[in-house]
Amino acid sequence: MIYRENGQFKTSYLADQQIFTIAQDKWFVLGLIAFAAIGVPMLADEYLFRAILIPFLLLSLAALGVNLLVGYCGQITLGAGAFMAIGAYAAYNFMVRIDGMPLVLAMLLGGVAAAAFGILFGIPSLRVRGLYLAVATLAAQFLCDWAFLRIGWFTNYSASGSVSVAKLEAFGWVINTPTEKYLFCLIFVVVFALLAKNLTRASIGRQWMAIRDMDVAAEVIGIRPMFAKLSAFAVSSFVVGVAGALWGFVHLGSWEPAAFSVDRSFQLLFMVIIGGMGSIMGSFFGAAFIVILPIFLNQFLPFVGGLIGVTVSTAGISHAELIIFGSLIIFFLIVEPHGLARLWSIAKQKLRLWPFPH
Amino acid sequence: MKFRTLALAAAIASVGLSSAVFTPAAHAQASEQFFPVLVYRTGAYAANGNPWANGYVDYLKLVNAQGGVNGVKLSYEECEFGYATDRGVECYERLKGKGATVFQPLSTGVTFAMTEKAPVDKIPLITSGYGRSESQDGTVFKWNFPLLGTYWVGADVAIQHIAKQMGGMDKLKGKKIALVYHDSPFGKEPIPLLQERAKMHGFDLQLLPVAHPGVEQKATWLQIRRDRPDHVLLWGWGVMNSTAIKEAQATGYPRDKMLGIWWAGAEPDVKDVGAGAKGYSALALQHGAEPNSKVVKDVLALVHDKGQGTGPKDEVGSVLYMRGLISAMLGVEGVAAAQERYGKGKVMTGEQVRWGLENLNLDQAKLDGMGFEGVMRPVKTSCNDHMGAAWARVHTWDGAKWEFSSDWYEGDASVLGPMVADAATKYAAEKGIQRRTAEQCAE
Repeated sequence: MIYRENGQFKTSYLADQQIFTIAQDKWFVLGLIAFAAIGVPMLADEYLFRAILIPFLLLSLAALGVNLLVGYCGQITLGAGAFMAIGAYAAYNFMVRIDGMPLVLAMLLGGVAAAAFGILFGIPSLRVRGLYLAVATLAAQFLCDWAFLRIGWFTNYSASGSVSVAKLEAFGWVINTPTEKYLFCLIFVVVFALLAKNLTRASIGRQWMAIRDMDVAAEVIGIRPMFAKLSAFAVSSFVVGVAGALWGFVHLGSWEPAAFSVDRSFQLLFMVIIGGMGSIMGSFFGAAFIVILPIFLNQFLPFVGGLIGVTVSTAGISHAELIIFGSLIIFFLIVEPHGLARLWSIAKQKLRLWPFPH
Repeated sequence: MKFRTLALAAAIASVGLSSAVFTPAAHAQASEQFFPVLVYRTGAYAANGNPWANGYVDYLKLVNAQGGVNGVKLSYEECEFGYATDRGVECYERLKGKGATVFQPLSTGVTFAMTEKAPVDKIPLITSGYGRSESQDGTVFKWNFPLLGTYWVGADVAIQHIAKQMGGMDKLKGKKIALVYHDSPFGKEPIPLLQERAKMHGFDLQLLPVAHPGVEQKATWLQIRRDRPDHVLLWGWGVMNSTAIKEAQATGYPRDKMLGIWWAGAEPDVKDVGAGAKGYSALALQHGAEPNSKVVKDVLALVHDKGQGTGPKDEVGSVLYMRGLISAMLGVEGVAAAQERYGKGKVMTGEQVRWGLENLNLDQAKLDGMGFEGVMRPVKTSCNDHMGAAWARVHTWDGAKWEFSSDWYEGDASVLGPMVADAATKYAAEKGIQRRTAEQCAE
């Protein structure tokens, strides 16, 4: 009834090529962005910003980058954490070594550095695929862990191997309060999500998808596998690298290589698988599931325990959190192997016919 | 007669009524001093995180049982983060909003992240025996308090102890000392000091990193078997320590040539190995296992015997339990010192507690009065020195318990001082912090 495209006629090619061809979709997403930019800063408190919203946004951005490679181009990667680390450390080095380096430029250059390494570690993808490629990208992870721990130059010879950033400032805007940090991240996320969406709709995205679906067939119809695969690695690593730079600069402020360990790589891959491969929206769902759900459970369980008059120990809560979280992952993967994004689109399909399904 | 009874009843009723009406208000007013407790009772480091957390919480309970800090009761809330930095930061943000007094994260990674946040939020950070070594310099690190000792103090004392065993600093020349360390900022912290000492005394420092969480050390110990260093320093935490000792046993490296940092010298580290760890020594940060001290007896009498104990009873007085207990005591004494200035019997803000921690003066008489006789040495902090004491002893595992095996050592200020100043200056330059002047210190 509400969600129905009846009567929306497209009279031009331009209208037909919109990202959201259905007006309700368009208004919903625009409304969501407007709410995130205006409504949330008025409603949320500091805890919500610093502990939940900023990590959620940044990991969504990283998951988005991984999704471009894994979901759209079909190249499994376990090196996402490494590319985040490269983005963060490269941005740090640009800031430290070049006087007066603008923050945003340093972050984008961090992304470029990550993209260069992405291409380098994408080269094996020309020969190996599937799980073997995943193992090959894992090498990137171990190399980066090693390099940032051992090579003093990267960390500006800090004794403990951890680096920290001075105050953040972009275009004369001093980013200090949690709200400002949140908005700064939000701008990056919105711009990159839009770019990614358009990339996947353009010829390059179609090439990736053709490679994903069947690389031999794609080659036969004239798609160059080398260009398609390496460009997917480059774009994906760029986005992940920028997310890593933001994670280090805005969220952590000071970090060590452990912040981008192999756990982070797995976490990002799981976000993509649970959220939905080959879906921009899915990256956000996946990030929300992995970032917010454990924290929610951690606070919700004592509350439930309090209601029924049971005090659960801290360790008990933590164990229960892991059990429930794990079961939910299995539940969602059984119910919908294509991820939460697929559930979302099923819901939209149902909504079209609602309330008269027949 | 009847009138009197009536009057009495009315009086009692009115008192009862007014107390019923006013108690909630009064309760809200005399609110409690809130202690956030970051713990890891699960995960790879739980075996060591548990006794620490139990000691911490037990001490807060003990203070409450003894009437609070000048009448102000303490409240606390635990937050489990499993030694993961991002969850630790989440815990910090969650508990911060509840009026946190002081944070003690017991994780170098979380300490680094909080060091950035504490000045903004105006909450002091006690990192007793861990964290950034240069944060001893209070003129730069206004909110950090590495009370009792830093890793540089630990490394310095370790070298002093080894030299003493050999018969003098000059005997170190040409010797080989290997550092087996947790490959993280925690494990890397002592390296600059050891390198400095190696330069001074001409010994050869071999660096052997072990990846988190430290269960895979075969390659490291093969290297030790090949190179046969004269001494091995163990800079581990959690499962890494017991693994290292087992590997030493397997490769036949003498345990009495191994010396651990204070985080590698507690019961969970050696219990599994039992007799195989006999002779293994570790530093003790001011205190070791003190099951006979008065404060332990107080905890047993006032907390555990009342059924209020946090953990198992036989753990009370063990090494990490005592460390948790002393950490809590330092925080509580910070509150007490702040109350001296800002008003006794009031709830202190984070800013006021920071002043208290900076002007902490626990002399021996005061410590003895609190039941820490034989456990601790005096601690006195100032604006320049946020550490307060640089004393440590060595204790040795005799196969069943830890026994002190050395006298007190003090970190050498002539070595530590310039290094702390240099590192703090570098940090200040990087972050654009102005050193606090003497006037600002006096504020």
